[in-house]
Amino acid sequence: MKVLVLFAHPVLERSRVNAVLVDAIRDLPGVTLRDLYEEYPTFAIDVAREKTLLSAHDVIVFQHPFYWYSTPAILKEWQDLVLEHGWAYGENGTALHGKITFNAVTTGGPASAYQRGGYNRFTMRELLAPYDQTANLCGMRYLPPFCVHASLLLDDERDVMPHARAYRRLLAAFVADNIDVARAANLDTLNPVVDDLPEDDGPGWGRE
Amino acid sequence: MTHGPLFLCFVFLAASVLVVPIAKRLGLGSVLGYLLAGVAIGPSVLGIVGHEGKEIMHFAEFGVVMMLFLVGLELRPALLYQLRRPILGFGGLQVLLTTLVVAAASLALGLPWKTAIAVGTILSMSSTAIVLQTLNEKSLLKTPGGQAAFSVLLFQDIAVIPILAVFPLLAVGDAVSEGAKGGRPGWLQGLLVLGAVGGVVLAGRFLVRPIFRFIAETRLREIFTASALLLVIGVALLMQSVNLSPALGTFVAGVVLADSEYRHELESDIEPFKGLLLGVFFVSVGAQIDFPFIATRPVVVGALVVVVVAAKLGVIYAVARGLGLDRSARWLTAFALAQVGEFAFVLLAFAGQVHVLPPDLAKLLVAVVALSMAATPGLFIVLERLVLPRVTTGEKRPHDEVTHDGNEVIFAGHGRFGQIVGRMLRANGVGTTVLDLDPEMVDVLRRLGMKVYYGDASRPELLATAGMADAKLFILAIDDKEATNKIAELVRHTYPKVKILARARDRVHYYELKKIGVHGAFRETYGSSIELGIEAFRMLGARARTAHTMAQKFREHDSRAIDKLADLWGTMDQDAYFSEVKRVTGEAERLMREEAGGPVSRDGAWDDESLRKAARDASDDAEEPTAPEE
Repeated sequence: MKVLVLFAHPVLERSRVNAVLVDAIRDLPGVTLRDLYEEYPTFAIDVAREKTLLSAHDVIVFQHPFYWYSTPAILKEWQDLVLEHGWAYGENGTALHGKITFNAVTTGGPASAYQRGGYNRFTMRELLAPYDQTANLCGMRYLPPFCVHASLLLDDERDVMPHARAYRRLLAAFVADNIDVARAANLDTLNPVVDDLPEDDGPGWGRE
Repeated sequence: MTHGPLFLCFVFLAASVLVVPIAKRLGLGSVLGYLLAGVAIGPSVLGIVGHEGKEIMHFAEFGVVMMLFLVGLELRPALLYQLRRPILGFGGLQVLLTTLVVAAASLALGLPWKTAIAVGTILSMSSTAIVLQTLNEKSLLKTPGGQAAFSVLLFQDIAVIPILAVFPLLAVGDAVSEGAKGGRPGWLQGLLVLGAVGGVVLAGRFLVRPIFRFIAETRLREIFTASALLLVIGVALLMQSVNLSPALGTFVAGVVLADSEYRHELESDIEPFKGLLLGVFFVSVGAQIDFPFIATRPVVVGALVVVVVAAKLGVIYAVARGLGLDRSARWLTAFALAQVGEFAFVLLAFAGQVHVLPPDLAKLLVAVVALSMAATPGLFIVLERLVLPRVTTGEKRPHDEVTHDGNEVIFAGHGRFGQIVGRMLRANGVGTTVLDLDPEMVDVLRRLGMKVYYGDASRPELLATAGMADAKLFILAIDDKEATNKIAELVRHTYPKVKILARARDRVHYYELKKIGVHGAFRETYGSSIELGIEAFRMLGARARTAHTMAQKFREHDSRAIDKLADLWGTMDQDAYFSEVKRVTGEAERLMREEAGGPVSRDGAWDDESLRKAARDASDDAEEPTAPEE
């Protein structure tokens, strides 16, 4: 399968986690990386181009830091403009039917914060419900998010590296169509899926 | 009076150095300066230079030869081929018609027909030296008019050869013809000419390049200069030996070398020599003017100068018009070529030798020719101050009949600035009515299928017929500062409901427009400077969004600063204003620097030290962090 990563970070030069994650998948065969803030610094999104890219891929990943329980602004703008009625949903709106989509998110708080009764009161899946329902309306299969929690506690690249490697293995597995989508759909996050993957995702990425 | 050559050099140089910069400052051009310097040192005023002047002039004529070499270097053979029509057509007609007109007038004045034709031919020549120097100095050489003038001059330079050959046949009485052919039979002469020109072309193609490469490899600058001079002088001598014009020969050599890689080096080597020699040439022309002789018959000489210049001007204008040059080019060519040229001196001297002209007439004509040359800078002043402004603002071209199209936007000016705005608006379905004063621009835009009116937006009745009363927006995008202000005031006053957006040339013009009360003023290079700045940030490694954010911050601070300064402009003297500029822009930059280190530039990135510290504390206490975030 072909994977499209729609990546959004407004100030990537200050990023400690997403920058490493993005570097980990940049050269992965079968993955197309779109750095939205770099492409559209003034938010002038080229809708036709984005639609062409969506059509050409099978798995759509929204990679971003989790800001105020949602995405950075440009991803909202992207949704508002690109997911047109009559194309993505509604009558004849079948362009995205059958495609898989999920979020790849970094959060400041630890996993324990995202629980009923936790600091943030809701689970990640619950907080991402708008994405879930958007995918549903567009006829896409929504999968739980890939999460890097407690990112504020990751001090340097060495701390981030295991997450980056896991992310790379996950996307490589999607490219190779090695994911049990039906099983994954019922999980809270995609992270356990990575643990079940065989270690052989080709020449491994890593800078250690 | 006889003086050593060093003293003469001193006099010529001193006169030039003193007079030329002053003439240039006064807007008279360097040629008139040199001529005046010549008059000053000549026999009529200071009398420092007497008859040596004539010899010096012959020597200095070599400046003309060098100039044609340089002109040739600029002209690739392909370009020359393109110019064949103006050279043969315009040049040929000009020489022929001028000769006929002047000859007819001379006949009417009672000269014998042979003499009349000789006079006509002599006066049909124009001054390559003065005209090319002046056109170059005024950057007019590449304009259509300049190119036309150049073509004519080129034809004249070539025409000198057959004229020299024909003159002996015009000899009056039983004088012995010992003219141009130098006693050689015609076929031999023809063969020699062909051989010489062919030799120059072939040598230029195949010999000069390896030789220059060899010399260039020695890295001896002065030897390269020497060989460049050697080349020019050698070609000139070769041409003289076969009775061809040296100027024509070096021109051919120049054209042949125009494609070579040494072109620029040759140019820069010969250029100073040419400049100096031409200067000396002009000085000696000035020194040659025989004022005592003129003083004995001022009316005759004066009238002749006026009539000759007027006749030449008229003929050239008519030919230019007949050949379809546009108005400004016609006038430029006619005014530029109206004088009689230095070749006339050569022809006059030669005509004297072969008894075509009686000595008295020759003396009179020398005075007329010299004065007409001296009149050229004056003619250029008339052309630039009186004729061209009228021609280019289109007194002759009637303003278009503007109709009320009911468009909501009216443009004044659709050059490189207004066009972009107009394209953007029209692409989005906004109706525009466009007025422009540049006839060429109007024609080009029309050819592109745009509806553009030729007309002056500063005329109230034109604005009215264009539909200003019903327009919403007036976009003022002409490049003339004064005209912009005038029109802005007019529109502000007459149509207070119409919003005005105006193009400002610079910061001060921006202030002026703000004072007038336009609704938006835009410094014409500001937007693109900001864009380049954004690209600079990106090339230095900044992210696109960060680069845009920094540019946006700069814009905000700068526009706040400039509006503050706009209020101050005109309320204080220059020094106080500039110290205020320094203070306000310094303030803006300080604020920007502070923001760069402050919370604003963090701009939604939650990865902030205070937040990380809180997270660490919370995790140490096994509690929850205190905020959302990455």
